[in-house]
Amino acid sequence: MTAAAKKVVRVAAGQGFWGDWLEAPVRQVQGGPIDYLMMDYLAEVTMSIMQKQKSRDPRMGYARDFPPLMERILPDVVAKGIRVTSNAGGVNPRGCAEAVLEAARRLGLHGKVTVGLVSGDDILERLDDLLARGHELRDMDTGRPLADIRDKVLSANAYIGMAPIVEALAGGANVVVTGRVTDTGLTLGPLVHEFGWRADDWDHIAAGTIAGHIIECGAQASGGNLLRDWRSVKGMVNPGFPIVEAAADGTFVVTKHPHTGGVVSIPSVTEQLVYEMGDPHAYITPDGVADFTSIHLEPAGRDRVRVSGIRGGPRTPMLKVSIAYFYGYKAVGTLVYAWPDAYDKARAADRILRGRLKALGLEFDQVLTEYVGADATHGRLAGPPDPEAPEVQLRVGVRSRDRAAVERFTREIAPLVLTGPPSVTGFAGGRPAVEEIVAYWPALIDRREIEPHVRVELLTA
Amino acid sequence: MPRAAASATRPLQLRYLAHARSGDKGDTANVGLIALAPELYPLLQREVTRARVARHFRGMTSGVDRFELPNLGALNFLLHGALDGGGTMSLKTDAQGKVYSTALLRMEIPVPAAIARRYGPKAPRSRAR
Repeated sequence: MTAAAKKVVRVAAGQGFWGDWLEAPVRQVQGGPIDYLMMDYLAEVTMSIMQKQKSRDPRMGYARDFPPLMERILPDVVAKGIRVTSNAGGVNPRGCAEAVLEAARRLGLHGKVTVGLVSGDDILERLDDLLARGHELRDMDTGRPLADIRDKVLSANAYIGMAPIVEALAGGANVVVTGRVTDTGLTLGPLVHEFGWRADDWDHIAAGTIAGHIIECGAQASGGNLLRDWRSVKGMVNPGFPIVEAAADGTFVVTKHPHTGGVVSIPSVTEQLVYEMGDPHAYITPDGVADFTSIHLEPAGRDRVRVSGIRGGPRTPMLKVSIAYFYGYKAVGTLVYAWPDAYDKARAADRILRGRLKALGLEFDQVLTEYVGADATHGRLAGPPDPEAPEVQLRVGVRSRDRAAVERFTREIAPLVLTGPPSVTGFAGGRPAVEEIVAYWPALIDRREIEPHVRVELLTA
Repeated sequence: MPRAAASATRPLQLRYLAHARSGDKGDTANVGLIALAPELYPLLQREVTRARVARHFRGMTSGVDRFELPNLGALNFLLHGALDGGGTMSLKTDAQGKVYSTALLRMEIPVPAAIARRYGPKAPRSRAR
């Protein structure tokens, strides 16, 4: 075997979503050898939240956790030659990159940190031009054209692939900050950079994509949220986040650092593989189409699973676009009813509440009642409510385009305490908050409209 | 149920035969159902049909798709329109479909008596179900 064929590249997961365990990236850079640390911050909902924050303060719009985290790990990252890839930039990658550079300067790492800033996914400023040129950006789920809600659009970002990450790494970046790069691209990019895989080497592209899918949700591949034998998962005070040890031939081992909790096993990897899965024959990313029915898993020692056999196909001519638009308002109110007859009391309270909302003539798109402790997660599948249940939480949500209606709803919860069924408590938090709904509009666009606009800038602290 | 049929098969909840994880894409929830042992996959493949899953979730989804992953001993189900609009629109506690996984595990399928004895609940637990 040649040295190149034996080369192993270790990509470690540091964050699986914005809000993940803050100690994980630190443990990953200190707990053993790694070459890359990938941190995924973006979900469909996250882009909407970031957009909401940016509209309040134009300096925001990225994962604010990221720069302080980088400040903690940059000394190790620099000393050990680890490189970081992250889509923490959200809808403001430049602001995020600048915050990382400031952190580097505070640490005295002048000249030692180069941030690769990837932009061009943001097409908000180009929307009218695109629409005028016949791109309808229809909602992939409903088929409606974007023109229907154009005036309500808050952000629009194309999902871009690994290419700009490869370019940034080749240019010497040790931290790559992107906007809406796909979760999987954060792992695939380093592997393409290290192994020199061609962009049309579809099996290898698929392998790197699936490696990325396995670790993009952090500990969800290494014992977190693991349903099978969940009691047997030990040491979750210090969960080991997953690490991919990849080889040039597209095979890889999923593992975690020694002396960490959790488990890497065939069940733990399989549960993550099926998470958010659509058609397993065609897992579509900007970089290619991966076939999940080709994946072969085998045990490779304690907390080690070997992955091989992965097949893929050519990328599609379209890219997905994530559009956030203002929809309206919502609020959720809760009260807790105690034994005896907890469920019946909660139901009676709901009837009274709905009667009052109706009498007030308030307009809602929807009023949804759930009984937490009885049916909130499994609906009627949970079976008849237990008359001896110690408590049941009444949870009522409303959605409306009319802020005043939602506002008024929030004032109808507390009165139930003194004007409704007995044995009620759990109203310490005050009135429920009125939330703005920033809704999600997925669409497709010809990749030739996006790729020429993608830019990589190298900024050194 | 006729006696002969009863001795040949027995209903058993999927929780004894499979584990599962679910997630979302827009207003669609997915449930990946994974056999607890290789010998159970053909049983899941045969009995956990699209129609049966659609019936199980009736009133909770507008349509069901089903995909097979024999290499992982798994089936993948898409439950369309199951998230009350999904994402930020949904008012549901489980707006992202995270626990539809265990809702599927409530489903019963007919299994050979030998499988039920081997994987099913042991006698003291059977009353609790």
